[in-house]
Amino acid sequence: MIEVENLCFTYPNGKDVLHDVYLKVQDSEFIAVMGENGAGKTTLIRHFNGLLKPTTGRVLVDGIDTKKSSVASLARIVGLVFQNPDHQLFCETVKDEVAFSLKNFGYPEEIVERRVRGILETLDLTSYIDSSPFMLSGGERKRVALASVLVWNPKHVVLDEPTIGQDYQQKDRLRNFILQLNTQGKTVIVVTHDVEFIAECKPRVVVLSRGRIVGDGPAVDILTDESLVNKASLVRPQIAKLMSSLSDTGLPANVIDLFTARTVLATELKRA
Amino acid sequence: MEGRANRGASSLPIIEMRNLTFTYAGVGKPSIQGADIVVEPGEFVVLTGPSGCGKTTVCRCLNGLIPNFYSGEITGTVKVANLDVTRTSTMELARHVGFVFQNPENQLFSLSVERDVAFGPENLGLPRDEIRRRVDWALEATGISHLRDMAPYELSGGQQQRAAIAAVLAMKPRLIVLDEPTSFLDPRSAQEILDVISQLNKELKITVFLVEHRLDAVSRHADRVIVMDKGRVVLDGRPFNVYGEEAWLIGIGVPKVTMLFHLLRKDGVSLESVPITVEDATEELRRKLTS
Repeated sequence: MIEVENLCFTYPNGKDVLHDVYLKVQDSEFIAVMGENGAGKTTLIRHFNGLLKPTTGRVLVDGIDTKKSSVASLARIVGLVFQNPDHQLFCETVKDEVAFSLKNFGYPEEIVERRVRGILETLDLTSYIDSSPFMLSGGERKRVALASVLVWNPKHVVLDEPTIGQDYQQKDRLRNFILQLNTQGKTVIVVTHDVEFIAECKPRVVVLSRGRIVGDGPAVDILTDESLVNKASLVRPQIAKLMSSLSDTGLPANVIDLFTARTVLATELKRA
Repeated sequence: MEGRANRGASSLPIIEMRNLTFTYAGVGKPSIQGADIVVEPGEFVVLTGPSGCGKTTVCRCLNGLIPNFYSGEITGTVKVANLDVTRTSTMELARHVGFVFQNPENQLFSLSVERDVAFGPENLGLPRDEIRRRVDWALEATGISHLRDMAPYELSGGQQQRAAIAAVLAMKPRLIVLDEPTSFLDPRSAQEILDVISQLNKELKITVFLVEHRLDAVSRHADRVIVMDKGRVVLDGRPFNVYGEEAWLIGIGVPKVTMLFHLLRKDGVSLESVPITVEDATEELRRKLTS
């Protein structure tokens, strides 16, 4: 469980980023943190593995106060995948990159080999095993960064903007993969602007705006709330806009995903 | 636009890529195969397709990075503003074509927005007054005049991307090529950037060639959508003609409302249009639901 209590954070240059944030993420929960550019989303999640320590308030990860623990020990429980893969990748081949942490943790060679191959397969990266990460496209590098964290099987997985640069099929894969991690009992925390992606995943959504939590609830409640969405510089998903403008015909307005909209509309239109 | 040397050439295509095949050095198969891409002046064209389809390679051909920086085997021709890119310097091309990339941070480097925007015109060796005029105009056109003295790192992502567009605009290009210019931005800033681009296209007749995965927001602005798959151009036409069964099978992210209509047809609902926007979809469904 990740517990954030009255967290305030000010960067050394005096920039106030987080104000009195209170958030509790249960084990095996799937949540999305959304909000405008500069809202403090990345600052918030960097507290989860102790990269940043609260100015005031506290963050507890599985009961451990991050102020009293090192990033190295927290990293085993919390895997954080950065927004920009280039801040994370440094090895000469994809294989070395993904194997790096496991080797550091002292796993035997054959386990490292097996796990690396497994995760590369899952993320559709097998054919790049001997390539340099820097020869890959932006979308592929992001998946390498993801693989290099997931390979050590952290209990809580935090992904900063995982859909940037991913095409439609890769996003679909990513969605299935996240749901799979989640059913395996992992906590998944995704920071994203991608309202269409979240409309299909339907996690719990926490909305951060100017360093404060301004909304917290099921995706369907949050993403249909026009004033909340506007406040955080988001937009409603296309399906939500469509269903809300059709709601005067008697159809439900609280629909955000394609599958539900299809079912509702097909039933209604075939009856007509 | 005033003062363009090659005004007489404006009726020629602004991008003319004919039967282009390019294979990166050391790579077995070509990244682009026999691609024909022709864009007329004033068009707003969106290029899309799955990862690895050759979109980025096409962009690199348009600004001469191929073959000047990326070596490989090239056949066919690429002309931009009637200049053969293989024989034209990057500096000369920059007078006609502006590039805007995914991450504005990579493009801005000065200590103020104004300095960044002035950089291109200064390099053209233009007189001071002209530089000042162009900077004022570019900042005005992108709506960031009030930010001119700010450092790029003090700006939000959306403001940075506006500054990057302003820097390109100050070169008075006839064509702007944008590679996923909104992917780092929150949805509202992304919409605002697309509105700015669309306005430059409509009001200043600047040709726009935009590479994008996410078609939900951009489709309403596009005159044409070109879809690439495995190095080839497979679809090319008006958005509602392109967003059919085939586009979907290739796996491009057609707008959700367009996809919804395809799915409803599969369910046996008879629908006339292929909507590109929520408004169009709402209109037809409302008619059906209330008739």
